Amino acid sequence: MDRAELATGKPMDRVDGPLKVTGQARYAAEARLANLCHAVLVTSTIAKGHITEIDSAAAEKAPGVLAVLTHRNAPKQPPLEEIPGTPDPSVGKPLQPLRDAVIRHNGQPVAVVVADTFERALQAATLVQVSYRAEPAETDFDDAATKAAPPTASKSKKSSDQSRGNPDKAFAEAPVQNHATYSIPAEHHNAMEPHATVAEWDGSKLTLYDKTQGVDVVRQHAAKALGIPTEGIRVISPFVGGGFGSGLRAWPHVFLAALAARVVRCPVKLVLTRGQMFTGTGFRPHAVQRVAVAATRDGTLTGIRHDVTSQTSTYEEYTESILEPTLQLYACPNIQTRYLLARMNVNTPGSMRGPGEATGIFALECALDELAVKLGIDPIELRLRNHADKDPQSGRPWSSKSLKECYEQGAARFGWSKRDPTPRSMHDGRLLVGYGMASATWPTHRRPASAQVRLQANGKAIVRSATSDIGPGTYTSMTQIAADALGLPVSLVRFELGDTRFPLAPVEGGSMTVASVGSAVYEAARAVHDEILKLASGDKDSPLHRAAADQIGAAKGRLFLKANEARGEQIADILRRHSKDAVEITREAKPGPEAEQYAMRAFGAHFVEVRVDPDLGMVRVARVVSAMAAGKIINPKTAGSQAIGGIVGGLGMALEEETIHDPRNGRVVNANLADYHVPVNADIPEIDAFFVDERDDHVNPVGAKGMAELALVGVAPAVANAVFHATGKRVRDLPITLDKLLEI
Amino acid sequence: MELFTYDRASEPATAVKQLGGDARAKLLAGGTNLLDHMKLLVETPSRLIDINPLPLTKIELTDNGVRIGAMVRNSDLAYHQAIRERYPVLSEALLAGATPQIRNMATVGGNLLQRTRCPYFRDITWSCNKRQPGAGCSALDGFNRSHAILGTSDKCIATHPSDMCVAMTALDAIIYIQGARGERTVPINEFYIPYGEDPAKESVLERGELITAVELPKREWFRRSHYLKVRDRASFEFALVSVAAALDVQNNKIAAARLALGGVGTKPWRASEAERALVGAQPGQNAFVEAAKAALQGARPQKHNAFKVELAKRAIVRTLTMVSEST
Repeated sequence: MDRAELATGKPMDRVDGPLKVTGQARYAAEARLANLCHAVLVTSTIAKGHITEIDSAAAEKAPGVLAVLTHRNAPKQPPLEEIPGTPDPSVGKPLQPLRDAVIRHNGQPVAVVVADTFERALQAATLVQVSYRAEPAETDFDDAATKAAPPTASKSKKSSDQSRGNPDKAFAEAPVQNHATYSIPAEHHNAMEPHATVAEWDGSKLTLYDKTQGVDVVRQHAAKALGIPTEGIRVISPFVGGGFGSGLRAWPHVFLAALAARVVRCPVKLVLTRGQMFTGTGFRPHAVQRVAVAATRDGTLTGIRHDVTSQTSTYEEYTESILEPTLQLYACPNIQTRYLLARMNVNTPGSMRGPGEATGIFALECALDELAVKLGIDPIELRLRNHADKDPQSGRPWSSKSLKECYEQGAARFGWSKRDPTPRSMHDGRLLVGYGMASATWPTHRRPASAQVRLQANGKAIVRSATSDIGPGTYTSMTQIAADALGLPVSLVRFELGDTRFPLAPVEGGSMTVASVGSAVYEAARAVHDEILKLASGDKDSPLHRAAADQIGAAKGRLFLKANEARGEQIADILRRHSKDAVEITREAKPGPEAEQYAMRAFGAHFVEVRVDPDLGMVRVARVVSAMAAGKIINPKTAGSQAIGGIVGGLGMALEEETIHDPRNGRVVNANLADYHVPVNADIPEIDAFFVDERDDHVNPVGAKGMAELALVGVAPAVANAVFHATGKRVRDLPITLDKLLEI
Repeated sequence: MELFTYDRASEPATAVKQLGGDARAKLLAGGTNLLDHMKLLVETPSRLIDINPLPLTKIELTDNGVRIGAMVRNSDLAYHQAIRERYPVLSEALLAGATPQIRNMATVGGNLLQRTRCPYFRDITWSCNKRQPGAGCSALDGFNRSHAILGTSDKCIATHPSDMCVAMTALDAIIYIQGARGERTVPINEFYIPYGEDPAKESVLERGELITAVELPKREWFRRSHYLKVRDRASFEFALVSVAAALDVQNNKIAAARLALGGVGTKPWRASEAERALVGAQPGQNAFVEAAKAALQGARPQKHNAFKVELAKRAIVRTLTMVSEST
């Protein structure tokens, strides 16, 4: 097919855009069911201990109340195990509230009040009196960190403690070194849409309308938690109002909604409040990192030591890939990494916006900047001198890598050459000006995924997969991929997702949907296309009779001879002639041996200019330029939007976001959107996010790498490095609030 | 939220009567603060008297200055031409507060009674002397980065959150109050009272009284005034420190000065000592630094907010510099 006629690679409006802006897209909490009842959670006010008494009499008598579930009267729940192959931690047991009287974190659900209206349930929930016997809890990170221990060895996850070369020798000999400690606080996703579940039973069959990034994960968990077969559960989630990782697991409220619906024998809706999302759905864990870098005077990295202590709950071990980038980003021969877990009375942390790598790269890329200052070498030059031409950890070649081009093109667009390297040397009126940069990388993930393509006699195609669209534009990109593979215009292709009745797909997370689901859509669509070609070439009534597959082109719903485009016919005509309603094929696409042959990562570079008020410490980001290379960009428009969103997330991480736990009882004191700061429009400057051309013939059939996290990872260190350049003050503890910049 | 009854009042006298007759009644104006607190169970009124129909929505130029009805919305006040020209500090303060949506709802009278953002006040699982006198203050040993350093006591360190009130404090606003026994006026600096034994008592407003208007005195030199707000993000965020200042400079001498602080006080903080230090001085860095020192002399920082002392001083110097450099 002529490249000009391809839908992929071209900017395209979101196919679901009109539904969303007109309010017709129906989210989990908007499921319209007859006799719908409403559940409200009552949550614990201590971090550790036991429930000694629950007095629910007043709540039960309140108008409209149908049930008050507590650990004493809730239906029996079978023990829940972590499910391998899902984003569950590999060690521990998921929280099952209402199964016993034990409190493991502040904010843990202790009762569910169900009433005929939301208002009545909310009012009755205030009447539930809970008494506790509190026990000393691990609520202070610094205390818990002194007792931190390595994660329990697990079969499913490789240890993050890695060593290569001889780091001791490297540090003993290196003439230039930098040793520093960096910290990031706990952060919460705070997507616009609250987590919500609507549960409806029909006999022993259960339907869940849920806000999730993966319907299959919810189904698997619900089956285990409720003790029913997966076949009896359908999970529906066509639209998600922002996930950021919070929807990768099925959290306890999902099962509580189902339990409540079983008790009251009506469909039940349970929506978490904004405050409850600070304890009910995971968060980026607080992490303290010690990074030491060693180099020769010419800027050759000779050693890196990277230790992290990160928090987890008392019932699960949540670890993330904080240390992986350190092993792969630079050609450093001697590296040692070490991971410790501080077990605390918090709910289990989870994936959030570039989980792990965003944390690790913040420390690593600040350390590189500090080293560049010590060496007197330009930060980009230092990175170029240590460029990893192959994966330094595995020794494998990269499937593709365009990091040098990202540095070069990003620096040119940003005007990096105008940077005076001396801190505090650049001004704009009374404001200090700072330029900072950092590298970004994100692993290219791919998992098995399936898709079904049904090409109908009316010429239209319906494509289905049980994936999700949390905002990146999956509806649109899959439509584009299918349209190209079928030779149809995008207007004749409809993509459907978010239903466990569709072929299985992995969770939408880690930026693997285009690679995984896209490959399945592509292969299923090609199989359908091949089937149609076979019909045509075997049909003596077809103008394409006896034509070989490679002689036939397809575009705009028509097949034709490449050598003579006038000779051809409509795909719909072929089907009709063969009395077929449709050709329908389901395909599973799996990663092949390429993962064993190549190292796969996407790379990028972020450039940030800040203005800092030298007296008041206020930091304002003046502009961001981000150069990213992520293989084929299926839809530059939605990918560009996603990149801007990721960069905004990175700016929030750098300057604003912090969840505050009061160590006296582990309670979050800023569990609302006024006190937990995410960037507002006025904080966001001009953002120039662009993609560097990159062709990758190895990663997957569509040639695309994941790019979402790439836009966020590396933004925080670029800001921190710019703030140092502006002020001469190195802030190593995020967020960089103005009090940390006041020279007192 | 608890159940409540809902009434409306279309005349001030009716509102006063309804309010006086029910000890647990509350007036509902813009609702931007009260409704939040009702959802959090911080406020559990048995009755809401909606005063939105009250005819108190005018901004009038009078012989004395400007009289602003209590039901004037923040956005209408901020964009009023006379306010922008004669009292720029007030317009700037209003526009620095909240969001356009909230400013479109919030009223002058309601904003005068805005309650603190102290997280321990807003979460009823904590003890709080403001909510429950004698229960204890959770903020003293808690996370108190946003808390007050001026006017605090061992009972309460909650910050007064308003921007508007800080500007009005600098502008010598007079508050008009109607009660069962008629009307009285109180200067804004006497309207708020320091936290004594009962931090729940925040102003001299008595039960059954209604704020009807605010009057700003006419002073030509208030045209040279400015509001600076220092905060953690560029919008929709409370002040860590804010400064409202006006200067009357005659023959390169400060003839009169007004200085009020936000984000640092348990009430909108009039920095009278600083004003005294400024009067008679030559405008410039030296005088401003001395004034800043005087303003923060009594500061009592807590564990997480010590930075506010220095930040407030610098913000004062910056604001006074900007006012003195303006024409």
